[in-house]
Amino acid sequence: MATEVLMPALSPTMEEGTLAKWLVKEGDTVASGDILAEIETDKATMEFEAVDEGVIGKILIEAGTEGVKVNTPIAVLVAEGEEVPAEGAKAETAPAPAALNDSEGKVAAPASAAPAPAAPKADTSPDWPEGTTMKTQTVREALRDAMAEEMRSSDEVFVMGEEVAEYQGAYKITQGLLDEFGARRVIDTPITEHGFAGIGVGAAFGGLRPIVEFMTFNFAMQAIDHIINSAAKTLYMSGGQMGCPIVFRGPNGAAARVGAQHSQCYAAWYAQIPGLKVVMPYSAADAKGLLKTAIRDPNPVIFLENEILYGRSFEVPALDDFTIPFGKAKIWREGSDVTIVSFGIGMTYALEAAERLAKDGISAEVIDLRTIRPMDTDAILASVMKTNRLITVEEGFPQGSVGNYITSVVMEQAFDYLDAPVINLAGKDVPMPYAANLEKLALVTTDEVVEAARKVTYR
Amino acid sequence: MAVKKPAAKSNVSAEELLGYYRDMLLIRRFEEKAGQLYGMGLIGGFCHLYIGQEAVVVGLEAAAKDGDKRITSYRDHGHMLACGMDPKGVMAELTGREGGYSKGKGGSMHMFSKEKHFYGGHGIVGAQVPLGAGLAFSDKYKGNDNVTFTYFGDGAANQGQVYETYNMAMLWDLPVVFVIENNKYAMGTSVQRATRSPSLWERGAAYGIKGEEVDGMDVLAVKAAGEKAVAHCRAGKGPYILEVMTYRYRGHSMSDPAKYRTRDEVQKMRSERDAIEHVRELLLQGKHASEDDLKNIDKEIKAVVNEAADFSKESPEPALEELWTDIYA
Repeated sequence: MATEVLMPALSPTMEEGTLAKWLVKEGDTVASGDILAEIETDKATMEFEAVDEGVIGKILIEAGTEGVKVNTPIAVLVAEGEEVPAEGAKAETAPAPAALNDSEGKVAAPASAAPAPAAPKADTSPDWPEGTTMKTQTVREALRDAMAEEMRSSDEVFVMGEEVAEYQGAYKITQGLLDEFGARRVIDTPITEHGFAGIGVGAAFGGLRPIVEFMTFNFAMQAIDHIINSAAKTLYMSGGQMGCPIVFRGPNGAAARVGAQHSQCYAAWYAQIPGLKVVMPYSAADAKGLLKTAIRDPNPVIFLENEILYGRSFEVPALDDFTIPFGKAKIWREGSDVTIVSFGIGMTYALEAAERLAKDGISAEVIDLRTIRPMDTDAILASVMKTNRLITVEEGFPQGSVGNYITSVVMEQAFDYLDAPVINLAGKDVPMPYAANLEKLALVTTDEVVEAARKVTYR
Repeated sequence: MAVKKPAAKSNVSAEELLGYYRDMLLIRRFEEKAGQLYGMGLIGGFCHLYIGQEAVVVGLEAAAKDGDKRITSYRDHGHMLACGMDPKGVMAELTGREGGYSKGKGGSMHMFSKEKHFYGGHGIVGAQVPLGAGLAFSDKYKGNDNVTFTYFGDGAANQGQVYETYNMAMLWDLPVVFVIENNKYAMGTSVQRATRSPSLWERGAAYGIKGEEVDGMDVLAVKAAGEKAVAHCRAGKGPYILEVMTYRYRGHSMSDPAKYRTRDEVQKMRSERDAIEHVRELLLQGKHASEDDLKNIDKEIKAVVNEAADFSKESPEPALEELWTDIYA
C-alpha cells in the first residue's frame, strides 16, 4: 500500500523548513534508516531518514523548495511493483496530529482564584489538651526526642548526615541516637552533600523514610538539585506513582559571627517549590510536634532549625505521642492594633517588640506561621481583618521574601481592610558581614519591629 | 571500538537467543515509530532515541532477577521496554496522553513503574547515580539480595556526584551495578574531547570498585558481564562497574543535526557491528530459526508497535484537573 512521506518536525519549535536536497530519486528502493533528504530549519540542516521500507514512487516536493509546512506530503512510498496512486486518490497517511491547542485558554482556575469563600477564620484549637503536664526542654532535646520516638515506632526511619553518629551531631541534635539505634540506622556520611542527599532520595523511592541532616542549610545548596528536581518533582512527573517521604533538616539562617557563607535563611527559596513542605519552628514544643509530623509525612519536608534557638528552653507537653499539624499557625499573643507575622527566630523579635509596644498602649497580635508551606493564610487574613495593620518579620533577604508573598495574599484578599501599607521586615540586602557591629546592622532587630508598628499605627 | 572478548555463546539456549532478538527488535521498531510520531508533531519537546544501544539493556535484563531495580537518564525508552513495561503506556506518555505511564505529565524523560521496579527517567545528567545507590541502600537496609542497575552515559561520567556516589557505595558495600553506557558522544562532545582518562570504568579503582569494559554491541557479552557483576553485588561485595561500549545511530535528541561525526562512521557501525544483525546471524547460522521465523517475529513486533502508536494517538489528553493533582501524596 502506498504511504505518504510527510515533512517532519525536527525540533520542538519547527513549523516549516526548506527541503534542501533529495538523496534518493523516484524508483529507488529504500530501507528503514536510509537517509532520504536533507532538510534545513532556521537552526541547522538535518538528515531525514526513512522509517518504512519500499520504493520511492513519486517525489512531490522538489529540492530547494522553501517554507514547506510540517506534515506536508513530500513523497510517496510504494511497495515493490506497486503503482503510484493517481492524483486525487488519497494515499494512506498516518492520522493528522491531534489538535494540541484544544485546551488552550481553558486551563482550570487555580484554587485561589475561586470565588471567595466565607470570611477566613483562624484555627485556634489547642495543640494539646487542657491540663496536660508540661516539662521544660530545650529545642535541641525536643528535636532529638522527636527523632528517637519516630525511630522507635518505625524501622523505616533512619538518620544520615555528617557527624550525626559517633560525634553525636555537630550541634548535638542526634546525641544518644547511635547508642540506642546502632550504626545501621544512624549513619555518618563523608562530606558529600550532593551525593548523600541523592542517596537519601533514592532510599525514600525505595520505601524508607530518611532523615537527612545538613550541618547547615548553607551546605544544602550543593544538594539543592536533588531536593528540588529529584525529591519535590517526582511524584508529579510519575503521575502520582513515586512518592518521596524524606525530611531534610538542619540549622538555617544566621548564627553569630560566621560570615556570609554560613548565615543565609532559605525559607523563601524552598517555600517557592510545589511538592515541598517547609517547616520553621520557633519553640521546643513546635519543634518536637512538627518534626514528628514531618517524619510521618509522605512528602519531602524541609525542616529549618536555628542554631541560636537550639539552646533555648520552652514548655513541652509530657505526652507519649504528640504532633502538630502542618498548615496551622499559632497565635502567641492576641491583640487589636497591629498584626505581626513571623516564624523561626524572627518570633524572638516579634514577641519582644509586642511586649514593649504593650507598655506604650499598642496592642499587637503575634502570629507564628510554624509552616511556611502549606501556609495558614486564613490565620493571617482573619487577624488583619481585625487589626487592619500588618508587619512581617523574617531574617532572610528582602527581595522575594516570605513577607512579600504574605503581602500579596493580603492585598488580594483583604485590601479593603488595610489602614496602612504593609511593612516587610527582613535581613538587609547584603551578604552577611563578619564584623560584630555590621552583623548586628544586617539582621532584623526588635527596635525595627517596634518602629514599624508605630509607623503603621501612626503612633 | 574496542572488542576485548568474544561472546560466551555456550550458556544460552536458542529460546533465550530468540527472546533477546525479539526484545532488541521491539526497542528498535518502537524508537523508529517514536521518531516518526515526533516528525508528525505528535511527540513534543525532547525525545532521545535508543537506536543502536539495544544490546545493553537487553543483555543486562537477562542477568536480572525479580525484585532487582533499575534507574537511568532521559534516554530511557529502551530500559522501560526491556524490563517489561507496556509499549502502549510508554508511547502514550511520549504523546502526552492520559494513558501514559505518568498520565502525560512526565513525558519522554520521566516515566516510572513501581510494578516493574523502574525508577525513572531522570533529566538532570548524573542525578540518577546517587538515586540508584539510594535504591540499593534501601535493599541492603531491608536485608534482601536485590541489586540496582544504575545506568548513565559517558557524559554523566564527568559529573562530580558520580564520584561522591562511588565513594559511599563502596564505603557501605551497596549492591549497585553502575552501568556506563559509553556511546562515544555526550551530546556533540566526543569522549576524547571531554577527558584524558583512557577508560571510564577504571576511575572506580580510586574508590576500590572493580569493573570492566564490555562489548555493548554483543548482547551475549553484555549478559555474561552482567551476570558477573550481579553475582559480585549479591555476594555482598559492594558495587561493580560495567563500561559498556555502544553506539547510538541517531542524534542526541530529535533536534540534533549530528555534525560532530561523519555519516561514514555511523554507517560503518550499522553495517559491521549492529547488535540485532549479530543475533540474527547467530540464530540463522545455528539453525535456531529460519528466515521465515524471523520474518514472523518482525511482523509480530510491528503489530505491537503499531498498536502502541494507535493507542498513543487515541488516548485522550489528560483532564484539565490533572494540572492540580499529584503535587502532594
